[in-house]
Amino acid sequence: MTSEGMTGADRTVFVNTAAASTGGTGTGVAPEAVDLTAPFGGGSLPNPVTTASGCAGYGRELAKFLPLAELGSITTKTIMLAPRSGRATPRMAETASGMLNGIGLQGSGIEYFVSHELPWLAERGARVLVSVAGERVEEFAACARALNGQPGVVGLELNLSCPNADNRGLVFAANPATAHDVVQAVREVADPALPVYAKLAPDVTSVTDVAKACVRAGADGLSMINTLPGVVIDTDTLRPRLAGTVGGLSGPAIRPVAVHCVYEVHAAMRAGECAAVPILGMGGIRTGLDALEFVLAGASGVAVGTAVFNDPTTPLRVLDELREALAARGFAKLTDAVGLAHHH
Amino acid sequence: MAHPVQRQAEILELAPVGAYHRLVLRAEGIAERVLPGHFAALAVDGADGSLLLRRPFFIHRADPAEATIEVVFAEAGRGTRALAQQRVGDVVDVVAPLGNAFAIPTGPASALMVAGGHGSVPLFGLAERITEQGGSVGFILGAPTADRLFGVEQARAFTPDVLVTTDDGSFGIRGQITLPLTEAMRAIEARVVYAAGPTGMLRAVAEVCAREGVRCFTAVEQTMACGVGVCMTCVLPVVGDDGVSRLVRSCVDGPCFDGSRVRFDDIGAVPPDLEGAAAMGER
Repeated sequence: MTSEGMTGADRTVFVNTAAASTGGTGTGVAPEAVDLTAPFGGGSLPNPVTTASGCAGYGRELAKFLPLAELGSITTKTIMLAPRSGRATPRMAETASGMLNGIGLQGSGIEYFVSHELPWLAERGARVLVSVAGERVEEFAACARALNGQPGVVGLELNLSCPNADNRGLVFAANPATAHDVVQAVREVADPALPVYAKLAPDVTSVTDVAKACVRAGADGLSMINTLPGVVIDTDTLRPRLAGTVGGLSGPAIRPVAVHCVYEVHAAMRAGECAAVPILGMGGIRTGLDALEFVLAGASGVAVGTAVFNDPTTPLRVLDELREALAARGFAKLTDAVGLAHHH
Repeated sequence: MAHPVQRQAEILELAPVGAYHRLVLRAEGIAERVLPGHFAALAVDGADGSLLLRRPFFIHRADPAEATIEVVFAEAGRGTRALAQQRVGDVVDVVAPLGNAFAIPTGPASALMVAGGHGSVPLFGLAERITEQGGSVGFILGAPTADRLFGVEQARAFTPDVLVTTDDGSFGIRGQITLPLTEAMRAIEARVVYAAGPTGMLRAVAEVCAREGVRCFTAVEQTMACGVGVCMTCVLPVVGDDGVSRLVRSCVDGPCFDGSRVRFDDIGAVPPDLEGAAAMGER
């Protein structure tokens, strides 16, 4: 049984009492008056919405559906040092409220990105959060170095879910020490003005321990979460559906897992166990209210991923709906809602 | 590539044709952009349903005056089943036109259309274009069984040169589509062959064309998640203008490829000479 039938008619939307007591009138905030400025690293972005890595390419295709500059930022598909063919097909299987993908980080390499994709993005006024990865710590650092001084780049996101060639192919995000090494190496060579975000994997013993290690290593922000590993088996062919067998599960199906990770890490920051840095929340966001969940759990930015495949305009719609949802709850500022679910 | 438009499109007609469904949508601003070979990506489960991925369908007809487009689809899973259960007056979210459309010969040319099942869907608009510019067309339509043929009468309206094959012999010639292919190409002195249908069929047709020295264009069908070029799931190995093979997206770089460039034998594999294959390690 769900609560929809039992109590749906009586549901109350609580308004932000803090805003009301400091001169706000609760429900009186006009959507266009909501200050959406979103903390990002040590600075800020005009609004909290970005695309999740791997779900928006390098922007060209999405630009046909929405002006990229209206998003807080655009997060690129992960870029590695050398060109990669990616995995064989099939690379995808649809699942309940989500999908499994195993692309294998196909891409043309950092040089091509810097010479062909980045200038195009910069010309359109897009703020670019560049997702990079490597199979070795030095490869992450080399990508970061190649991005120093390039136009349009507002930050780096380290895809720590790449298999570590020096550690039996275990992903860097799998343990605090390897995650720490990557962040530290990148922070050492990256332009100090560029925030470095570590993107964390949910399938670890303690995401908070990995988060703490990344922040200690100098991460200016944390992206949570990457996909969850999964397998889908075709009951007609009696074989796994993906050529690579294991894929990453994404979409609304994983949202509570993602909100949990954000909630837990934000709680550690509030408790002083981890230095406070902004959290970029992602995992199954399809609506403004989905995004608000992440904000209330502790995220000051949100990324829209798989929902883009359903509707390429989703990131802008999520931004509009989030603005309205904040206004309806009496929030004059996005930052007033960040982590508010912890006040109870 | 086409510049796609996203619309909430009203269903004007939805009815079975043989083993398939014919769906007519009113979609302002789309029909006038459609060229033969373009496809449409339809959301199948509303704005909050659990099936997130769009289903891609070749566009059968586009009528700019009526602002309508028509697709034909087979029920092949939950998404297409849900679509088949929609009603006239319902609204579906459509993104179209997508893809690169067929290359069309300049001036009058003799073209052979080869289609497996409802692969024929994009070929009638193409036949119309070719005929309009003084060319002529022939058709070979094949399917496993008679009910899975699509457009035999429509093809006959264009030309008397229509051959039909079925695997079980329930209609026309018993056997696969490649059986009468060489003879048909020679009979109409085809300068170009357009093929659409299952991948195995496309591979066989491309092989015959290569042997006969005839240009061949293939409309491929690969599983897609987004249809607009961002998900990287619909890739297949294609030889580029520079001679280098890459995994390219069938949604934006295709779905209409020069058949001699598609490495049909390597679909579903990562051959070692592919750009970036070395970076994939031993896997």
